[in-house]
Amino acid sequence: MKDLKSELLIGAEVHIELTTKSKMFCGCPADHFGKDPNTQTCPVCLGLPGALPVPNQRAIEDTLKIGLALKCEINQRSHFDRKQYFYPDLSKGYQISQYDQPFCHDGFVILDSGKKIRIERVHLEEDTGKLQHDTLPPLPVIPSEVEGSISERVSLIDFNRSGVPLVEIVSYPDLSSSDEAKEYLKKIHNLVRELKVSDADMEKGQMRLEPTVNLKITDGKGDHYTPLVELKNINSFSFAAAAINYEAKRQLEEWQKTGIEKSKSNKATRGYDSQKKVTFPQRQKEEAKDYRYFPEPDIPPLHFSSEYLKKIKESLPKLPEEIKRELTDLGIDAKYAEIIHKDKVMLSLIQTYKSDPEIKINNLANLLVNKKIDPSTDIKKSYLSLNRSGETDETKIKEIIEQVLKANPAAVADYRKGKTNALGFLVGQVMRQTKGEVDPKTANTLLALELSKL
Amino acid sequence: MTKAIHHYTAIELLAELKAKRLTVLEVSKHYLQRIEKYNPVLNVYLSINQNLLEEAQAADEEIKRGSGKPLLGLLIAVKDNFLTKGLPTTASSLILKDYYPPYESTVTKKLLDAGAIILGKTNMDAWAHGSSTESSQYGPTLNPWDLSRLSGGSSGGSAAAISAQLAPIAIGSETSGSIRQPAAWCGVTGFKPSYGRVSRYGVISMASSTDSPGPITRDIADAALITSIIAGQDRYDATSSPKPVDKYLDLLTKKDLKGMKIGLVKEYLLSSMKVEVKSLIQNAAEKFKELGAQVEEISLMDPKYAIGVYTVIQRSEVSSNLARFDGIRYGNGRELFGDEAKRRIMLGTFTLSAGYYDAYYKKAMAVRTKIINEFENTFKTYDAIIGAVSPGPAQKVGATKNEPMFGEMEDVLINPTSLSGLTGVSTPCGFVDGLPIGLQITGNQFEETKILNIAKVYQDSTDFIKYPDQFN
Repeated sequence: MKDLKSELLIGAEVHIELTTKSKMFCGCPADHFGKDPNTQTCPVCLGLPGALPVPNQRAIEDTLKIGLALKCEINQRSHFDRKQYFYPDLSKGYQISQYDQPFCHDGFVILDSGKKIRIERVHLEEDTGKLQHDTLPPLPVIPSEVEGSISERVSLIDFNRSGVPLVEIVSYPDLSSSDEAKEYLKKIHNLVRELKVSDADMEKGQMRLEPTVNLKITDGKGDHYTPLVELKNINSFSFAAAAINYEAKRQLEEWQKTGIEKSKSNKATRGYDSQKKVTFPQRQKEEAKDYRYFPEPDIPPLHFSSEYLKKIKESLPKLPEEIKRELTDLGIDAKYAEIIHKDKVMLSLIQTYKSDPEIKINNLANLLVNKKIDPSTDIKKSYLSLNRSGETDETKIKEIIEQVLKANPAAVADYRKGKTNALGFLVGQVMRQTKGEVDPKTANTLLALELSKL
Repeated sequence: MTKAIHHYTAIELLAELKAKRLTVLEVSKHYLQRIEKYNPVLNVYLSINQNLLEEAQAADEEIKRGSGKPLLGLLIAVKDNFLTKGLPTTASSLILKDYYPPYESTVTKKLLDAGAIILGKTNMDAWAHGSSTESSQYGPTLNPWDLSRLSGGSSGGSAAAISAQLAPIAIGSETSGSIRQPAAWCGVTGFKPSYGRVSRYGVISMASSTDSPGPITRDIADAALITSIIAGQDRYDATSSPKPVDKYLDLLTKKDLKGMKIGLVKEYLLSSMKVEVKSLIQNAAEKFKELGAQVEEISLMDPKYAIGVYTVIQRSEVSSNLARFDGIRYGNGRELFGDEAKRRIMLGTFTLSAGYYDAYYKKAMAVRTKIINEFENTFKTYDAIIGAVSPGPAQKVGATKNEPMFGEMEDVLINPTSLSGLTGVSTPCGFVDGLPIGLQITGNQFEETKILNIAKVYQDSTDFIKYPDQFN
């Protein structure tokens, strides 16, 4: 067991409820949260005989926005499909979804580390109703007619949510840690909010996370894959991370105990108990569940012209990830970009001075982030006065640090032996060389960094 | 002899009402009496509008006030798969026994808005599955021409209502043959508009990709009048066409068929067909020539392929469309599905199953495209094609027993045109053994005006529209 290596493979399925005015295929309001049961229904979302779905143009456009923002390719010819299964909250006996031609496919999200997480597909479907298992209070009865009165256990169906537009974003299993999964999910969350297509409030079920987790275990005999587990009913990023970590441990132990590997038939669904901090088995997925998909005959196939898609693309707001990338492309450190991209004032200042030959943009970023410059004053004047000799330029400081380290080998040796007060001496040397124009904190940090590289 | 009320066409009746020579109340009472007398014999109606007389009186008041509603006071029999508020809608199934819909179908709403009054709901094959009305879970509708025979289907009740003169106008729906075949068997006029021409909203879905509502009437002019009211884009039906609707009745102006090119489809004169039926079709072709048309024998794909395609696609859609009757809602359990519905659900479920989808559904769709393309090409040259509606006259009661493909065999000549969404008429073209035979005149999608005109010219120059003596 010594040479056992295990690697997490995580794919994420995210469901996003769109905040359109009306539902996906009818005119009922889509905002169902907290509404009295079955007050927002009509023949269409109740699946009454003869009722027909008419697709919501806005929801389709919102889905395309998400897909384009995720750099997906768009199926210009697409259609809806019927996904058929029986469940009491499914009013028609099938869900209108998309199967072989999702609106969007093959996109990606880039994590801060630069790692690319591939998106398999983004498609549009309708939400289902909601089951409510309840015990009804005893009905008032006339004693002579009924002996005693018993409360009744019932399952009720609320169709307010039936037909609410739901976007499903499916990633490939490219995430390899709970941290990566958390970051990915947060990025999706930010993205849909930024696009203003969903509030993605997880408490209200507007964003639902379903990570699929398994392990690739490598031992002397080769690679082993543990059975896939789909985690359901997770309503926070932290719980998602915790559930994934729990699964990693559980699956490894399970494999060590049983040796069971992934097969077509043993995908399982587990829920997460945030109190006990454990995952627990839910229904076992039926063997290769057959949804008998076929093209929805009630809705004609859709065609998106290149022009239409171009218009949508142009209408997209600049996304935070892009803004950040633009900042780092200008030469601004990632740590500054992280702060600046969220701040409108700083952002506009960077825009204003990015091509000013007298201003080194990363320095300005540094000054802004560290509040050395008051944005309400004359920026250029302040910048120039603070950068009289340019000593606060980090590269210059680094040069000075190198000189100081070279000139004081004894102090360096002391520091590496563990004498931390040697660092204080070296900071003093740097301060002297820069004539006090660098702040001691920066000098301290940078010195420590350089020392660690030695 | 003065003309009896039930001898009037809808157009004539509307004129009588407008001129106040008749009242809606009189007409209503007359039809109620006839229904009371003959419905127990024929089983045409499943339910009768209980408010008919009040609604008739209200219509009379409105006529007095001088309303401009085009169908004011016209009584209409409606097939029982159209949702009608306040009137039970069962689709002749036990699952929907006593089902009172909370909303109105677009077709009936348009008719009601135009001033029409629903007389009652007519029998049909349960869920519109069949061509006999024998699969109705409320008993078959008998053929007014011969009570030992079936009325055809699935709109058998609507066709028999016109043939037995138990309504001036009837509404049916066709997935494949369900308007034209019963019209042919009952010797009346059936008109199937193109797929997408008339809204399907509120019609209990059978096969979503071919369902087309349409009228069954005494003649073509009535069909044109009704179609001009019910046709048009519907914001509740995404498959309804935005094409503007012609004023079909006003455009029935042709007096002959000069300049028309008609195709007589060779393959549709089946070898299994009775010689007498074939010769009636040949006679019709001769008539068309007399009327100035150029008639040519043409060749199309053997209709047997369409049977396979239609069966797979229709069963697949049926299995899906009936899934909503899951035993949780509507008060009745799934065990109440009849044999035909169960067969169709099973076959459709099979053809959509993983591993079989490609071999059945997908292949059927590919062949369907071929059939559509073939018709497209045909209609580049020809204005219409003609042939028999059904291989023979009405069959005997009990004929569907042990014949799960009964409907498909009876509709073999209609299947390809339905799969392609074409428009077509069934019009009487003669009798065999005292039973009426129907001629189909079929045209390209959205060429309703042309097809109605051709059929009108044919009807005006022939004398095949008759009513059985027993109900005259």
